[in-house]
Amino acid sequence: MNGAADMGGMHGFGPVEPEPNEPVFHADWEKKAFALNIAIGCAGIWNLDAFRFERESISPPEYLNRSYYGLWVVTLERMMLKYGVATPEEIAAGRPLAPPKKTPRPVTADQVATMIRHGSPYDRPAPSPALFKVGDRVRTKNNHPTTHTRLPRYARGRVGEVVRIVGCHVFPDSHSQNIGEDPHWLYTVRFDGRELWGEDADPSVRVAIEAWEPYLEPL
Amino acid sequence: MSGHDHHDHHHDHDHSELSETQLRVRALETVLTEKGYVDPAALDVLIETYEKKVGPRNGARVVAKAWADPAYRERLLKNGTPAIAEVGYAGRQGEHIVAVENTPKRHNMVVCTLCSCYPWPVLGLPPVWYKAAPYRARAVNDPRGVLADFGVALPQDTEIRVWDSTAELRYLVIPMRPAGTEGWSEEKLAELVTRDSMIGTGLAKSPADLK
Repeated sequence: MNGAADMGGMHGFGPVEPEPNEPVFHADWEKKAFALNIAIGCAGIWNLDAFRFERESISPPEYLNRSYYGLWVVTLERMMLKYGVATPEEIAAGRPLAPPKKTPRPVTADQVATMIRHGSPYDRPAPSPALFKVGDRVRTKNNHPTTHTRLPRYARGRVGEVVRIVGCHVFPDSHSQNIGEDPHWLYTVRFDGRELWGEDADPSVRVAIEAWEPYLEPL
Repeated sequence: MSGHDHHDHHHDHDHSELSETQLRVRALETVLTEKGYVDPAALDVLIETYEKKVGPRNGARVVAKAWADPAYRERLLKNGTPAIAEVGYAGRQGEHIVAVENTPKRHNMVVCTLCSCYPWPVLGLPPVWYKAAPYRARAVNDPRGVLADFGVALPQDTEIRVWDSTAELRYLVIPMRPAGTEGWSEEKLAELVTRDSMIGTGLAKSPADLK
């Protein structure tokens, strides 16, 4: 979707301002926002792509005005409501008003290390051979779905070169909509900066993205 | 810190100076823990892990090993994930890692324009600037300008390769090994490797910087 999260190439945000000796978290609520999201994310109620879709669905004025973990909090609340984990009344009251419909299976403290260690690999067996090979020139599709996509606006309808076949990976466009993992071949595609940003762009710049096969067409 | 600390006192806070967001987090935490969706003890372990245990010192060890051991460097560049696992780092948000190497002719820089993808097992959680609009917006169309914000100037003919992490692939930049470090141990080399040098917004420290 063409939401506020898709920021590549936007102007006017000013300089990058690194914070010297930055702490990992800036407040206790940030720690909780982080940990709650990871913990519930592993409870098997929703998947990461669905979470990302919800986060980028926050209206642009709100998205741009909230801090990073502030966005996590808003997204968590929206997901809890959307997936029936809590009612609006419970969130307003700040406590449960009824037991969960299905007994939850939370990640326990002694499962956390294993859960982190294993992660969630996104590669899957390939249903068919890869359509493209390294060195192929491809054009990205100029699609503007209102649902989740990982093809950023700045890289749509552009010609690039396949520089890596990553593997066959879960397709976030489908996974985020809860219609299955729908694995597709994933490639790293590199563009010349001038192809993305025009002929006056810095000729020494190359930009690469990861693109699933449905994002690409042969030249 | 247990998730139940706050529950009985929740209404006391309605009139305190706690921000709207703090209150909201507290409400969500109480609902999630009391309904049994989240184990409060698991929250503590998660916070402890990412605040204290996982961070850019991990990545620095990987880079130092690559500088010191040519065979390891080759394995790392060929297939990052297993090579990094050799040093003991793997897992969440680092399931598929690619290492990219800086040379005198080529500089690599990593961004996630769509949000905040970052190689957690080797760098920990990303700094605020990495997740914020100025970096996400400009890294892809004005990387030299971004480098200038970090005080880094590269020759005009150095190719700049920006990697926008749009899938589950995560990138680790291997910065150039500083001159004057011949014969250094991996431990000492690792002291030269900064977080920013592994994102590509900085360079490794020089031996003089350690003094």
